[in-house]
Amino acid sequence: MSALLEVTGVTKRYPGVVANDNISLTVNAGEVVALLGENGAGKSTLLKAVFGLIKPDSGEIKIGGTPIVFGDTAGVISRGVGMVHQHFQLVPVMTVAENIILGDEPKRGIFINKKAAHDEILALSKRYGLEVDPEAVIEDLPVGMQQRVEILKALRKDVKLLILDEPTAVLTPQEIDELLGVIRNLADSGVGIVLITHKLHEVMAVADRVVVLRGGKLVGATSPKETDEAGLAQMMVGRSVVLQVNRTEAKRGAVVLEVKGLQVRDDRKILSVKGVDLSLHKGEILGVAGVEGNGQREFVEAICGMRHREAGEVLINGVATKDMHPHAVHEAGISHIPEDREKHGLVANYSIADNLVLNQFDQAPFAKGWVRDLAEVAKNAISTVEKFDIRTPSAFNTASSLSGGNKQKVVVARELSEELPVLVAAQPTRGVDVGSIEFIHNQLISARDKGAAVLLVSAELDEILSLSDRIAVMSDGKIVAIVESKDADRNYIGRLMAGLKE
Amino acid sequence: MKMLSKRNGYFLAAILATGFFYFNGSDVTTSVYATGTVFALPLALAAMVGIMCERTGIVNIGIEGTMLISAFVAFFVASLTQNIVIGLIAAIFTGSMMGLVLAVMAVSWRMDQIIAGTIINILATGLTSFLYVQGKTIPNVFQSFEIPLLSKIPFFGPVLFIHGALTFLGLAIILALYVAIYHTTWGLRSRAVGEHPSSADTAGVSVARLRYINVTIAGAVGAIAGAYLALELVGSFERGFIAGKGFTALALMIFGRWNPLGALAAAMFFGLAQAYANQLMIDQIVNIPSQFTAALPYIMTIIVLTISAGKVRPPAAEGQPYEKGQV
Repeated sequence: MSALLEVTGVTKRYPGVVANDNISLTVNAGEVVALLGENGAGKSTLLKAVFGLIKPDSGEIKIGGTPIVFGDTAGVISRGVGMVHQHFQLVPVMTVAENIILGDEPKRGIFINKKAAHDEILALSKRYGLEVDPEAVIEDLPVGMQQRVEILKALRKDVKLLILDEPTAVLTPQEIDELLGVIRNLADSGVGIVLITHKLHEVMAVADRVVVLRGGKLVGATSPKETDEAGLAQMMVGRSVVLQVNRTEAKRGAVVLEVKGLQVRDDRKILSVKGVDLSLHKGEILGVAGVEGNGQREFVEAICGMRHREAGEVLINGVATKDMHPHAVHEAGISHIPEDREKHGLVANYSIADNLVLNQFDQAPFAKGWVRDLAEVAKNAISTVEKFDIRTPSAFNTASSLSGGNKQKVVVARELSEELPVLVAAQPTRGVDVGSIEFIHNQLISARDKGAAVLLVSAELDEILSLSDRIAVMSDGKIVAIVESKDADRNYIGRLMAGLKE
Repeated sequence: MKMLSKRNGYFLAAILATGFFYFNGSDVTTSVYATGTVFALPLALAAMVGIMCERTGIVNIGIEGTMLISAFVAFFVASLTQNIVIGLIAAIFTGSMMGLVLAVMAVSWRMDQIIAGTIINILATGLTSFLYVQGKTIPNVFQSFEIPLLSKIPFFGPVLFIHGALTFLGLAIILALYVAIYHTTWGLRSRAVGEHPSSADTAGVSVARLRYINVTIAGAVGAIAGAYLALELVGSFERGFIAGKGFTALALMIFGRWNPLGALAAAMFFGLAQAYANQLMIDQIVNIPSQFTAALPYIMTIIVLTISAGKVRPPAAEGQPYEKGQV
């Protein structure tokens, strides 16, 4: 029997980069193949080609022994290939049912058979143990639930090959465990699975084989049995990576940021931050741990002036900051690495160079009075791209042309460039490869050592544990405990995050 | 609820009721409503053009031009062949071609859609002014006839079921479009393409193909609206014949929240307002200068857009070109 998926010599060039350079790879039924690589290594490009979304410049892709027709996504789907994309491919205003049936709708005459669709989805969700409400509207659902819809969509057509492009990037630890279980079950039932992820422990937990891409080339293949996380990281980055952050004892100074009785409502007008008091000292990293959706996002947005403070105040060096005024808050001394880099961190159509000075484009040296000094902007861009190892053919390409991890580096580089007294970093390494994570972590530590007060909010408990000097646990809109990190116990914090008392 | 938003529903009911009580004489009331329907139809049909395009994410501001050139072709072909049906067919062909041209510019060339629409409007104005000949006539117009039984229903019969063929065709298109958008595969796919094209692309739906189809069919619908004016309502053609109806239609589309029935309700409101104004003048209750009556649609467009501004939510991918695999 021929392999489920056979990729032979695929090459795809984009202006200025070779995204895939002569890549060959096979996937057999019943195995989980993890595809590893840094951001921009060409993983997504390869899988888009497999799914018929883009046409490679050369090479061949066979599914079940027959070559695919490039550009014929519907044909690829009908041959039993399902894909969960890195960015949700769901229509926000439509229902779960409408999203799942899109492209191959059950019909009665010329009309959509809504009853049949509803029943089919209930059956599907029962079969895979992924519960959904077919009539719920996507935009009202939490991300974990949306991801579940994505997976059901991919599984709908008796899938033989399932491709998952960073499916765990936005999930909580519990949701990730659940998903890995689903992946294992599917593989055991004979489905071939290709998994892209940046989280090496997931690879170790679930993969049968590992294939590593670097700079568009296939640089190695291994299996979890033959290596460990450090070995995988080294293959990806091409040098040894320190997974454990080295940091010295914090030199804690005076209180810089003070939050008093803060209450904030979420988008649905429900009180999600229910009275938070917090002091952040100069020269320390305070990590806020918590299961996502427990008010962290609203908390950060309220501090940074992006969301109305229902009650309470935020003081910097004893001076209250203005509510709902991001610019004033920034002037008062807070830089902010936002959770959603696409929406709040970057202007997609601006160049990387312009994005790097968004916070100080109107100040010297980037402006002289009313006139921008573009030479300075360019000089800054070139040196920053070099220093932060932002992978791009040119600093003057648009930010939208960058891969996720490189976009994040632009945001981090910009926010650290000013050296303000307070740095608020929300999910700073989400969707970022190990090499870049190491880099970003070191940048946060060095900002701390230079005297900044860093508020780190992350859904990754490991990140919180390895970076923070103190850890605050947030649950149901409240800080339920603050512990010194040297006294922190993983299990204890995990229980607090889950809302359990002691 | 998808059929009519509550607000639009109340609004329409209020308008209908006001007139009903005001023009107490039953014959007069009926005729005002029938006239209102006649005025409303081209606006409503033109709004359908906008809805079909924007639901798939293409902004079409070339409706005015499409209607103008179609009305022109309808009238002059009918005059040349002395056959209004041939005129209608020629107009539908012309409208489809205008749609196709817009699709080529907006989908294949990924041009700015406002500019693409403007090109169509300028082209239509230029061509029709250049080719216009005075003194042509057509043999007849699409005459009113009664739909048996239905036309005997008190009030609604004469208002809705005694019209010319193109009015019925137009109303049928609006209803069919409503059903199609919310209940067929085509409608589901169109909405997905207009809201989040990469979702459709990754589900195996061709974004470009669907956009081409919809914009072209929409052109044909715009042509029927133009032909209706030339071959049924007015029976002639002059320069600047459409008089802003294609732009008003875009406002109605927004007010009707991209829902065919919503836009029809909004158009009825406009049509009735015009019919009231006419009746008030005929009855010599008020003496409004005719310039004011002529300006009424524009004034109302501004008011309506001011009321609904910021409260509506257009298809999310409106106006954005899509490249396959742009996930």
